[in-house]
Amino acid sequence: MDLTAYIRQRRRPDAPLLMTHIVIGYPSMAASYAMVAEMVNAGVELMELQIPFSEPIADGPVILRANQEALAAGATVAGCLDFARRAAAEFPIPFLFMSYYNILYKYGVEPFVAQMADMGLAGAIVPDLPPEEGGAYLQAMAAHALNPVLIFAPTSPEARLALLARHARGMVYCVARKGVTGADTDFTASLEDYLARCRRSTDLPLAVGFGVKQRSDIAFLKDRAEVAVIGTETIRRFDTGGLAAVRSFIEGLR
Amino acid sequence: MNRKGYYGGFGGAFVPEILEATFDELDRVFEEAKADPAFWLTYSDLMAEYAGRPTPLTFAPNLTAHFGGAQIFIKREDLNHTGAHKANNVMGQGLLVQRMGKRRVIAETGAGQHGVATATMAARFGFECTIYMGAVDVERQRPNVFWMQRLGAEVIPVETGTRILKDAINEAFRDWVARMDTTHYVLGTACGPHPFPEMVSFFQSIIGREAREQVLARTGRLPGRVYACVGGGSNAMGLFQGFMDDPVELVGVEAGGRGLDSGRHAARLAWPDASVGVAQGYKTYFLQDGDGQMRETHSVAAGLDYVGVSPILSHLKETGRVRFEAATDDEVIAALSLAMQKEGLIPALESAHAFVQAFKEAPHLDRDEIIIINQSGRADKDIFTVAEAFDDPQWRAFIRARADKYRKIEMRNE
Repeated sequence: MDLTAYIRQRRRPDAPLLMTHIVIGYPSMAASYAMVAEMVNAGVELMELQIPFSEPIADGPVILRANQEALAAGATVAGCLDFARRAAAEFPIPFLFMSYYNILYKYGVEPFVAQMADMGLAGAIVPDLPPEEGGAYLQAMAAHALNPVLIFAPTSPEARLALLARHARGMVYCVARKGVTGADTDFTASLEDYLARCRRSTDLPLAVGFGVKQRSDIAFLKDRAEVAVIGTETIRRFDTGGLAAVRSFIEGLR
Repeated sequence: MNRKGYYGGFGGAFVPEILEATFDELDRVFEEAKADPAFWLTYSDLMAEYAGRPTPLTFAPNLTAHFGGAQIFIKREDLNHTGAHKANNVMGQGLLVQRMGKRRVIAETGAGQHGVATATMAARFGFECTIYMGAVDVERQRPNVFWMQRLGAEVIPVETGTRILKDAINEAFRDWVARMDTTHYVLGTACGPHPFPEMVSFFQSIIGREAREQVLARTGRLPGRVYACVGGGSNAMGLFQGFMDDPVELVGVEAGGRGLDSGRHAARLAWPDASVGVAQGYKTYFLQDGDGQMRETHSVAAGLDYVGVSPILSHLKETGRVRFEAATDDEVIAALSLAMQKEGLIPALESAHAFVQAFKEAPHLDRDEIIIINQSGRADKDIFTVAEAFDDPQWRAFIRARADKYRKIEMRNE
C-alpha cells in the first residue's frame, strides 16, 4: 500500500497522527486483540504489531517483559501471523510488523514478506537490521510493494541519514534519543535540531518515537513530525488500568 | 553494499542504528591499532609486566604415562593474572578505550572470569566499571561477584530472560545504547557484531603465538592436535590461530551438559541441535527453536553455557578446519579429578572440557606425537561448584558450620 499517501491524506491540523504499539500475545492473544480494537476505536491512525522475540535488545524493561510473557503464554510466529491477518482484515488502518531480524530469517525472509503482502500489512520495522545487512529483506519488500520503515538516530551522521533515506519507504522512524524504549525523552531544542536534520535528509513523512508519552510531547511534535509513536506507555497504562485506561489515555493525547 | 566482518556466511554487524556510529569508531580505532606495530609491543609488554605472560607450556609426564599414547602438553592460561585467558582480551580492549578517550567500561560475564578481569583492568586504567551478570550465575559464582565488587565494580544481577550469559549480554547492550559517548562495552568473547569477533581473537592470539614458539623450542616439532574448550570461543580462537597455517588438527570441545538426548547442553557445533540465526548482533549457529526463539542451555561450567558461538568458529566448522566435539558434565568432573591426581593441575570446569576430549584421544595416538591442551583457566574460583559436583561431605559440613557462625554473629548484633 502507499503508506506515504495515507499519512499525507489523514494529516490533521491540530496534531500529528498517532501510531501505537502492541506486543502480540501479551498478556494473551485475546487480550492483545482486544487492545487493537480499543486503540482503533480511540482513533489511532497506524499501529505496530510486535512479534515477540526472546532477545529484544532495543527494548527497555516494559516491552522486554511483555515479550517474555507473551512467549511464556505460548505465542508462536504462526499465531502472530494469524493475529495480524485478522487485524488487517477487520480494522481500516495500516498495520506494520515490528520484530527482530531472527524472526524473519528463521521463517525465510521472502516467504515472510509474501505473507505480509498477502494479509494486507503496510510494512515492517526491524530495528536490528541495518540496510547493509538487509539486502534480501529490502528486495523482497520492494517486490511486494511493502514499506521497510528504516530508523534514523540522533547519532547518525549526515551521510548515514542519506544512505538510510535511499532505502526507506513509506516513512522514516526517528528515534528521539539514545537508550532503549520506555525511558524519558527531553522534548527540547536539541530534539528540534535533530528533527530538522531528519527533515532535510528525506522527503518521507517522519514518525518520532522513544519516550513519547503525554499530551505536551504530542504538541511539541506538531509541525515537526507527521506521526507520533506511543510504545511503552500504553503497555504501562494497560498493566495498571486495563483497556479502559488505554482508551482514555489515547483519547487524551490530542 | 559493504558487508563487514563476514567469515563465510557468518558474522556481520546487526546493530541498532543508534550504535552504528559507535561501532564505526571502534572499528576505526581497532584497525589503526592493529596496523601499528608499536601497539602490539605495548600490549605484549603490558601483558608481561602486569599479567605474567608468557604463560608456560607445561609437559604432563604422568598423564602421558597414564594414557600411554601422545605426549601431553598443557598451555597454562590459568597462570595469567585473574586466573584465566580473559585478561588477554580485557587488557587489549583497555588500551583501545584509552585511545578512544572513554572513561567507563561495561561488560557481561557468565562464569565471572571476564567480569573479574574487566574489573581489574578498570582499576588499573582508572575507569568506572559496571558488570552485568545473569542472576543464576550470580548465585553459582559468588566468589567472583565478591572480587568484582571489592575491585570497585558495580555488579548488576540480570533477572530477565533465562538469567544467564546471553541475558547479561542483552542488558550490557541496553546500557551501551544509552551511554556510548563515555562508555565502551568490553565484550568478553569472540562473538557479537563486527569488529568484536576479530578484535577479541586478535588479542587472544597471544596464546597461540606463545604456544607455537614454546612447543617448537621445547621439542623442535609441531603438535599433531591441539584442544580447547568452546563457549563463545575466545580461548579456542586464541590457541588455534597459532597453528592455523600448520598441519595441526584443531579440536574445539563444547559443553555436552547432561547429554544430547537430554536437550540440556550447550553444544552448537558438535551436535545437530543448533541452526543458523541472527541474534545479539551477529549471524552464527544458535540453539533456538523453529520460530527463532533462543532455547535454554545448560552446562556445569557457567562460562560455556551460551546459545551462540563465534562466527569465525562456525565458518571453520563448515570449512572443516576445526573439528568439534562435546563433553558431558560427568566426563568433565572425571577429567578434572584425573588432572588433579596425576599432575596437580586444577583446570577450570570450562577448560576441563578440552581435557576430556584429549584424554579420549591420547591413548590412540603414537608416543612420538604431541598434543596441546589449553588450560584456559583455573578451578579454584569454582570451589563451590566443584565441591558440589564431587559431593564432598566435609565441604558441606564446613559451609554449614560457617553459616551457623554468621547466623550467631547476626543474632548477637540484632
